[in-house]
Amino acid sequence: MIVLRNISKVFDNGKVSLTAVDNVNLTVEQGQIYGIIGYSGAGKSTLIRLLNGLEKPTSGNVTINGHDISSAKGEALRQARLKISMVFQHFNLLWSRTVNENIAFSMQIAGVPKNKITARVAELVELVGLTGRENAYPSQLSGGQKQRVGIARALANNPDVLLCDEATSALDPQTTDQILDLLLDINRRFKLTIVLITHEMHVVRKICDRVAVMENGQVVEEGDVLSVFTHPQKPITRQFVRQVSQYHEEDAFNPELANELEGTVIKLTFTGHSTHKPIVGELTLRYGLPFNILHGKMTQTAHGVFGQLWLHVVATEEQLNNILADLKHSDIDGEVIKHG
Amino acid sequence: MAETLFPHLKWDQLWAATLETLYMTALSGIATFVLGIVLGLALFLTARGGLFQNRTLYSVISIVVNVFRSIPFIILIVLLIPFTKTIVGTILGANAALPALIVGAAPFYARLVEIALREVDKGVIEATRSMGARLSTLIFRVLLPESSPALVSGITVTLIALVSYSAMAGVIGAGGLGNLAYLEGFQRNHGDVTLVATVTILIIVFIIQYCGDVMTSLLDKR
Repeated sequence: MIVLRNISKVFDNGKVSLTAVDNVNLTVEQGQIYGIIGYSGAGKSTLIRLLNGLEKPTSGNVTINGHDISSAKGEALRQARLKISMVFQHFNLLWSRTVNENIAFSMQIAGVPKNKITARVAELVELVGLTGRENAYPSQLSGGQKQRVGIARALANNPDVLLCDEATSALDPQTTDQILDLLLDINRRFKLTIVLITHEMHVVRKICDRVAVMENGQVVEEGDVLSVFTHPQKPITRQFVRQVSQYHEEDAFNPELANELEGTVIKLTFTGHSTHKPIVGELTLRYGLPFNILHGKMTQTAHGVFGQLWLHVVATEEQLNNILADLKHSDIDGEVIKHG
Repeated sequence: MAETLFPHLKWDQLWAATLETLYMTALSGIATFVLGIVLGLALFLTARGGLFQNRTLYSVISIVVNVFRSIPFIILIVLLIPFTKTIVGTILGANAALPALIVGAAPFYARLVEIALREVDKGVIEATRSMGARLSTLIFRVLLPESSPALVSGITVTLIALVSYSAMAGVIGAGGLGNLAYLEGFQRNHGDVTLVATVTILIIVFIIQYCGDVMTSLLDKR
């Protein structure tokens, strides 16, 4: 578990002082994928560097599994860092070393014996899908492959926490998805806690359990991904949500278009949990009514689907009430927006 | 044939002088390499924004380096005569040239090392720190390997400067090809000896440059 308590970081060069992180409190549970999203300059890079002591907080403290990272120095900090790995936006591989040698590097630092390193490297190459590229130099790899090396290197010492500093921001969308799948797979397989920072809501949507939104050094909104997606509170959060789902405002269903239709238009709002059920199919079977889907937008997240669906149906008042009751029972928000 | 072209040249003398030049260059080169890397690392680590930022230490090293780099070599030899006499015991011969050669070349190489280390990717240094590396690991497994092409091309340039410094030292009694060209060639008006000595120096320089270039390109995997 990672706990940040009243963390502030002020950069002061004598003339100007800049508050990069402003009184942040966060808790990341064991095994979670925790996303921190914000635009550049929001303080998220500084924040993630406080987690492995690359930066020291001006005030407040950081504890990881009970160890105080913010006050650790010398050998204690060194030992702590062996269990807190980091993956970087620009990969930060040693160009003078091959894939195998780069992966071995973190184990050499940890003092792992040579024969164990060889075996573990082979295992990691396989895990991250780099078989056949073991002796290539970083300059001979694509961006996605380089990041796989970065991830393998980070996993080598079986860390408790993996920090991802914009790990996919230098990659194209397809490669981004592959790397995210790999991270999710690692998280599920090894129950590894992952903290990632990003400016792409797509990343949060795809793999995160919880998300914190940062602006001007402060966490302005925090919660599980679904609730932040479905009920964004702050303008900046709405902007981020809009990156991945357009239904919120401009792309909403226009009821005028349904004016000529006889019958009722119902708007269903899905928030995760219930969405794997074939709702429309079930309603059709139960009431023998032909439901017509007018408009909809569904978005996949690590915790299920959320979205909205506009259904058109010609039904009696009694049927309609039963339908709404059924929806409520399935945790789906049903709203009649046009009566027949 | 060679007798008619170079009537005054004694081959054993040329051979001995070549060996002396190579001896001076190699020994001072090795010392310069080690000392330059130590000083260069110290400059890099204590510089502003460095890992062990220390303004006083940086200024001291920087000033010393600049002073010895700026003194013309021929004057440096003369200035160092008492020092040389104390540690070598003589001011004549190839060994007597070594202190001046090292003191003259090491600061020059130290600057080249500092520049080379600055070119190492900051991200890689950060990544290494984030993995919990010791300073020794950072230096020997990251900073030096990652800057190796520049370190080698730097020592190549320095070695060539050392060949020319050693020729200058030769003129005032250190032996070697410079001594041969000046005393046997110029002073006795034997142009052929000067020419052969010069050509030999050129060949040495070309070989050093070639080896340096080959090594740099072998090391560079970027």
